[in-house]
Amino acid sequence: MSDKRLTFKKRLHILKHHYRGKKMAPAFNAIHTFLFAPDETTHSGSHVRSADDLKRTMNTVIMALVPVLIFSMFNAGYQHFSALNGFPENFSVMDHFLTWDNFWIGIIKVLPLVVVSYGVGLLIEFIFAVIKGHEVEEGYLVTGMLVPLIVPIDTPLWMLAVAVVFGVVIGKEVFGGTGMNILNPALTIRAFLFFAYPTWMSGDKVWVYEARERAEQIADGATNVDAISGETVLGFLAQGKGAEMDAIYSTWDMFWGFIPGSVGETPTFLILLGGLFLVFSKIASWRIMLSAILGSLVMGLIFNGVVDQGWISQSSPFYGLMSFDFWKHLIVGGLAFGIVYMATDPVTGSQTNRGKWIYGFLIGFMSVMIRVFNPAYPEGVFLAILLMNVFAPTIDHYVVQGNIKKRLKRLNNATIFPKDSEGEAKELKAETV
Amino acid sequence: MSKDIRIKKGLNINLVGAAEQTTSKAVLSKVYALNLGDFHGVTPKMLVKQGAEIKAGEAIFFNKDNESMLFVSPVSGELIEIERGARRRILSLRILPDKEQEVLEHPIFDVQSASKDSIKAFLLKSGCWPFIKQRPYDIIANPDVNPKAIFISAFTTAPLAADADYVLQGKEKELQAAITALAKLTPGKVHLSVGASSSSTLSGLTGVELHKVSGPHPAGLVGTQINKIDPINKGEVVWTVTPQDLVIIGETLLTGKFNAERVVALVGSSVKNPKYYTTKIGAEVSTFLYGSGVNEDNIRVINGDVLTGSKSRPDGHLGFYNNTVTVIPEGDDYEFFGWNKPIFNKISATRALTFSWMQPNKKYKLDTNTNGEHRAFVVTGQYEKVFPLDIFPMQLLKACLVKDLDEMEQLGLYEVAPEDFSLTEFICISKQPHQQIIREGLDLLYKEIG
Repeated sequence: MSDKRLTFKKRLHILKHHYRGKKMAPAFNAIHTFLFAPDETTHSGSHVRSADDLKRTMNTVIMALVPVLIFSMFNAGYQHFSALNGFPENFSVMDHFLTWDNFWIGIIKVLPLVVVSYGVGLLIEFIFAVIKGHEVEEGYLVTGMLVPLIVPIDTPLWMLAVAVVFGVVIGKEVFGGTGMNILNPALTIRAFLFFAYPTWMSGDKVWVYEARERAEQIADGATNVDAISGETVLGFLAQGKGAEMDAIYSTWDMFWGFIPGSVGETPTFLILLGGLFLVFSKIASWRIMLSAILGSLVMGLIFNGVVDQGWISQSSPFYGLMSFDFWKHLIVGGLAFGIVYMATDPVTGSQTNRGKWIYGFLIGFMSVMIRVFNPAYPEGVFLAILLMNVFAPTIDHYVVQGNIKKRLKRLNNATIFPKDSEGEAKELKAETV
Repeated sequence: MSKDIRIKKGLNINLVGAAEQTTSKAVLSKVYALNLGDFHGVTPKMLVKQGAEIKAGEAIFFNKDNESMLFVSPVSGELIEIERGARRRILSLRILPDKEQEVLEHPIFDVQSASKDSIKAFLLKSGCWPFIKQRPYDIIANPDVNPKAIFISAFTTAPLAADADYVLQGKEKELQAAITALAKLTPGKVHLSVGASSSSTLSGLTGVELHKVSGPHPAGLVGTQINKIDPINKGEVVWTVTPQDLVIIGETLLTGKFNAERVVALVGSSVKNPKYYTTKIGAEVSTFLYGSGVNEDNIRVINGDVLTGSKSRPDGHLGFYNNTVTVIPEGDDYEFFGWNKPIFNKISATRALTFSWMQPNKKYKLDTNTNGEHRAFVVTGQYEKVFPLDIFPMQLLKACLVKDLDEMEQLGLYEVAPEDFSLTEFICISKQPHQQIIREGLDLLYKEIG
């Protein structure tokens, strides 16, 4: 043990008392508690407490996201170079994917998104904590990591910053901060981007680095550059170009994540591992994950059935996505990412165990539905989750009502012994309440 | 007749420092004290003045709301101090014991043939009544009400708590007398729960409905058993008594003398030789604490078990309802990166880099550190895993926080006591004070409706 660390600990302890009661105390405490778990002891109730706290909980979710982030940094480069030079023949992960060139694109494109997301978001959290005099709460630690992973790679940083300000202030702080919000903050940010800058956020030019830039150069008359197309799998399907897509991406590509899309939504395999880790560590709800998967499969099966029955013609704009194998919906687009990391948000999701089954199922069900019926922007997950966020309290209300009704029923069947002064019990049927 | 109850949801908190099953006699205490905080909701009215000489079993004060409910002195001696707090509220009464103990004697009667009213009057007069608690509200029972049933839990699952089977050995006669008497006070049944594997002599008692309970904590809490056996409805009242208090009630019925003596488990990782002591209600904790020795200086002395006990000091006094005194280290120290490093030496209900799930039988040495800061409710679904009652724990806590009386009622606040939320409080990631929230909710409901 070094004396230095002891003095550091002591110095911080003295500083903590120096800041106590002052305006900047929350800001100092946030940094202090980041370095050292506090010396707080129990005062009332249980004298011992379990080892878990909110920081640990949030940290576990971040750990489940780190592999996805690292993969997405490589994938940013991989998609960029593949769009320029064509997809490599005899693809090998070591030679073509985990390369320094690919990672460098990740560093210059993905990392700034992370930095802006955390920088702007945490700054707002600190400001609100200082103004309102409460501690800086940990909710944004996860949100800040989710945001860069669910936006298109070419999202301008200023746009992201504006969206984060909106999402954190309107989506969370106005409701009272972490634990009080109705909508998932990360998805609020994503929705803001989509609806405020729709031309930026859709089409086939935002999913791969430089695609948009080149399209603009070509439009300006440049002749020495090639256009980059970065159409997503869902984009292809929505346009009825399923065959074209099949020629480029195999099902395994979709599963491993070597496809274009929002920064971190593609690696289904790593998302699956992250999900299993979260379920194992008892941090995220397996009920929501499982029921959401079931919901999406059921909706997918219904659509496949519609196609099999011949109720829809090949010329229909919905044909491409409807005929897509039902289980493949889970490995393309943001469905898996949304189910594992966003639908399981405990604050905005359903809070009762039975409610979680309903909530999750409807998220999966509606994600695929929106995806198929909205070809202009074939991604339904974030809208489905936001919609169900709004309905989660209603679902819980009815689940809780079930418990209340059960109690009332028991009361109506009960025999009540009333207060009496004679000392003899009289049996009375309870009045209906 | 025996009925089995199996509890699945819950968590056993295995701690270092369980009491060895030997009993020593604690040295005599220099001063005895009654802590008025033990009698929740009672407004005391003094019957004797400071400096008065009182006998053991003689009334010191009564309940303002019910003048027949007397509270008696555990020993004979001089009332040397009436400690008062804000607005002259009485905090504690201190009694200097006589060398020669004098005990107030009540005329004894045949319990078997006695009437309900005479038993009630005897219990109120002899100072035994405060041992009987009621739900709803978790307060001393109102003698004017007929409880629909009486519940006694002789199954211990709380961490390190005194083992009921051990401390009740040889007390069958007293227990039987108390149960016979209490059975007359209810038109319903007297439910007695013992551990499924218990060979307790309690199983031989008559006049009770015996339940064999198994499962992790809180299977031993009487609230869990009530919920499984005969849940409380709105308008109903049940009474609860702990078995060690039944012994005092029984002895008073049989001998006519109030005997405040009880067997207390001195436990916890800070105790060198954790074991049982015979002592009296109100005795100084130090009279047996230093006999066993303590391992460190910075300790927390708890009247009761670690989950539900109240904070005390080495020079504090044994509580009116407690038969366990726990001593654990204080945790007022920082831990470098305590929130993200793997944890092997603390208990956790998750597996978020916490590894207590790998060794479910390992005994832990926990301190009083909160292991994190107070936050809003965030994580859901955790409480339900350790909360076996048919109640939505988080929804009820939130109803109490926002003081929504209707919802508190509908969600089952009548059925619970703060101790039922001790385990959810232990695992709470947001470090919310569950027991305090429930206590305040009960008080509010009592004030508005009760």
